[in-house]
Amino acid sequence: MWNQPRIERTGDGDYAVRLPEGERELLRRLPEELRAVLELAPEDPALRRLFPRTYEDDQDEAAYRELMGDELVNGRRHALQVLAETADAERLTAEQAQAWLTALNDLRLVLGTRLDVSEESLLGDLPDDDPRAPDLALYAYLSWLQEQVIEAMSGELA
Amino acid sequence: MTTLAPAEVEVEQPRGSDEPEYDRPWVVIVWNDPINLMSYVTLVFQKLFGYSKAKATQLMLQVHNEGKAVVSSGTREKAEHDVARLHGHGLWATMQRD
Repeated sequence: MWNQPRIERTGDGDYAVRLPEGERELLRRLPEELRAVLELAPEDPALRRLFPRTYEDDQDEAAYRELMGDELVNGRRHALQVLAETADAERLTAEQAQAWLTALNDLRLVLGTRLDVSEESLLGDLPDDDPRAPDLALYAYLSWLQEQVIEAMSGELA
Repeated sequence: MTTLAPAEVEVEQPRGSDEPEYDRPWVVIVWNDPINLMSYVTLVFQKLFGYSKAKATQLMLQVHNEGKAVVSSGTREKAEHDVARLHGHGLWATMQRD
């Protein structure tokens, strides 16, 4: 069964999703956890990669935040909501697949920041008693799944 | 950036006509980070700016290898719009006067 890709673009522009229940459970739960952090702890340092500075100048930056801040937060909340709500779907529209892509990336940005990953972070190099192992495995899974979505999408842009 | 691919393919592109325009007042810069996947960054450049796969890959590799790349330029409003879209996609972008 798994020699087929997890995510595949169909002839009509939708995306077919083949995921086992355990993975779908993660995709229901993780977006809700991040939505809660965005709502309840917007100053959490793990969110910093979601909202990088635009300007060096503090005044320019404040004006930009005033203008764009809500839109950026709302876009993220929406994508996470779509991922959670369609975690059980066997087909996604192109728009929903795009939401999966950005939501998976946001989950990786926050988890990767928490874990302080480097480009070379590999599970194989971890000491036996490293407490980050479960979360690094989760990070690796999300990276792998995001890569599946990217591969499915790349066909149309080649 | 990071990659799940076993080997990285270096794409050598001649510099010249395909470069962003530098004679405009604001430039948008994307910076390297350890989390965004190389394939993802390439896809975002294609989607947001309509760049070809070759051009998007070249810019991604410049970010990866040199730490940053100018990905678009224009008026202040256009640059802000581009930065906001890049931030919306989770890339580390800034803008500055050229």
